[in-house]
Amino acid sequence: MIDNINLLILAPYLNIQLLLDGLFIGAIFVLAAYGLALVWGVMNVKNLAQGDFVIMGGYIAWQVGVWGINPLFGLPVAIVFMFGFGWAIYYLVIRYVIERDLFTSLLATFGLALVISQVLNLLFGPEVQIVDSGFAVRSIPILGGEITVSEIKFLSFLMAAALAAAVVLFMKNSRMGQAIRATAQDARAAKVMGIDTERVYAFTFALNAAICGAAGVLIAMIWNIQPFYGMTHSIRSFVIVTAAGFGNIPGVIMAGLGLGVAEQFSGFVLGAEFQQATVVGLLVLVLIWRQIQSSRHRQAVI
Amino acid sequence: MSKSMSLIASVASGVALAGLVAAAPAAAKVEGDTIILGSAISLTGKYATNGIHAKNGYELAIKRVNEMGGVKIGGKSYKLKATYYDDESTPARGAQLAERLIKQDGVQYMLGPYSSGMTKAIAPVSEKYKIPMVEAEGASRSLFTQGYKYLFAVLSTSEQYLASTITLAAEWAKKNGRKPQDLKIALVFENDPFSQDVRAGVLDDMKKYGMKAVIDDKMPRDLADISATLTKVKALKVDMLIASGHSKGAATAARQIKEMKVSVPIIAMTHCEAAKVIKKFGDSTNGFLCPTQWAETMSYEDKYFGTAGDYDKLFKATYEGYKNVPYQAAQASAAVLVWKEAFEKANSLDKDKVRDAISSIEMNTFYGDIKFSPAGNNIAKPMALRQIQNGKLNVVSPAKWAVSSFQPRK
Repeated sequence: MIDNINLLILAPYLNIQLLLDGLFIGAIFVLAAYGLALVWGVMNVKNLAQGDFVIMGGYIAWQVGVWGINPLFGLPVAIVFMFGFGWAIYYLVIRYVIERDLFTSLLATFGLALVISQVLNLLFGPEVQIVDSGFAVRSIPILGGEITVSEIKFLSFLMAAALAAAVVLFMKNSRMGQAIRATAQDARAAKVMGIDTERVYAFTFALNAAICGAAGVLIAMIWNIQPFYGMTHSIRSFVIVTAAGFGNIPGVIMAGLGLGVAEQFSGFVLGAEFQQATVVGLLVLVLIWRQIQSSRHRQAVI
Repeated sequence: MSKSMSLIASVASGVALAGLVAAAPAAAKVEGDTIILGSAISLTGKYATNGIHAKNGYELAIKRVNEMGGVKIGGKSYKLKATYYDDESTPARGAQLAERLIKQDGVQYMLGPYSSGMTKAIAPVSEKYKIPMVEAEGASRSLFTQGYKYLFAVLSTSEQYLASTITLAAEWAKKNGRKPQDLKIALVFENDPFSQDVRAGVLDDMKKYGMKAVIDDKMPRDLADISATLTKVKALKVDMLIASGHSKGAATAARQIKEMKVSVPIIAMTHCEAAKVIKKFGDSTNGFLCPTQWAETMSYEDKYFGTAGDYDKLFKATYEGYKNVPYQAAQASAAVLVWKEAFEKANSLDKDKVRDAISSIEMNTFYGDIKFSPAGNNIAKPMALRQIQNGKLNVVSPAKWAVSSFQPRK
């Protein structure tokens, strides 16, 4: 461990490599986590099928690649398809659990996750698949060393950022975005004001599915996908949203990027086996800190 | 009153009847002139790819044995047939299904599931009922240290998978005027019983040469990312990288080795074929060393399938979509052949007599020689090592079957 820290000090370019790798991957986590925060905040539904939406997006990219088209074009396909899919799932499942307690919505979405992963397994088989975008890998000399950046990772980062920005602008400026925010604040009041909250919910859920689909396309191009990998991505989204707190978009972005970077550094210093332990450990720390903060807050109110 | 009483009575008798039907010993070990083998195998879930390879292997051998006149016991000829249940790649389900095969279906002869983990879950069940199981897909060393009496495996155990790569590396070092103990070796193994067994075998061989690992990381089970480890590998200018983590591990490692331009002279990993790394990552995989239980170029032969090459052809002709025949299928076929010969050797259907026949069997098959140690593992067949050379897998070790010599990566 000390050796590895020494290595980071002796060869500073390694820090940049780890930082970049962490940011690139963190940006994609942010997308799925943002969608989760959206649904959680607006509808109070905790979507355990989040990761499976991501994997669905991945398979869309894969399928597009199989057709001989560059999987990057899978991005619009995934967004449109997943939007429709999300809309359908809302009317088939989510609509019935939205008013129920937490447990019901968790069960329903967990069931959804199982069904999606099994259907993917039947359609595409259980093999680990990768999607090759055909982009090159660049070696960049920096700080007396050389780092490698695959173009697709960089491109994914830009796309994730653009998507996130588009969604934020949409929420701020569009009519639907305003309706979504109004519904999140107070669904009954929104209804009284003439907002069709049912439609808002359907749109929110569909938007979330579309964001996840986009994230999935990017994940498939830089990692690999398999029908049963969804849960990992769900858990990661939950960790990010929990760490950031709801309704806190900058928080989600910071937490997502931060976790990506923390993972890379802990993997380097402590070994790959601690990569995920670090993420969970950080979450515990954040929660403890929150607890302390809120207990202080409560005392002040009393 | 009497009406409701009779209703209760009829319901009760209905329940009792249903109970009777369920309790009656269903299909027994032998139906007419057919011997029933049973297996819980992964047809869905994360092991399904290899589970299906194994099932195809079982089926091909069963078909072949039946075509050749079946199994002859006491002058009577029996056909073989297998009952499969899908264990969904979960150990608990596998154990449950093994109980069901033995207790409800009356199966007395078991074929193994896919993977060490599943075998570990099922072996205690077959052991409890003293049902012999010939398995072909559970390589973990720890399966053969439990004192199981009814478990037999036709494949080489996991600690042998990558051990021979160390000898190759040592020879390569000497050829280049370096001491083997000066080699910088990086180990990346998934944290599961199989991969850790492979690691233990590698560490044993490293000790012989006084080598030490400069990196010894455990691959995260859930995530497809070892880039932090590979950054270390590059920074330390490692001479040899050894990785193992099933298909996902191989796909992850191959992808990131390519993307991070990792130029280590010797790279060895398990599951190259299963993960189809050559097809997916092309030239960047040249030079990878991949262990294999079996290769179609080896000079093994038997009366059922002919040579290893003949088996390869027959398998491809029977099942569509196979470019290479995975060794998982070949060893599954070999397990069926063990059953066939054991029945004939015991000349009986009694499971304990057949068990004794298996334990003393010595046979040559297209898959390799088979002879079981008292612990149940096959000690007659070595592992082979192949290297990806210009997009082809060529056997480079052991010398007897080598069609090419080891070359370091560029």
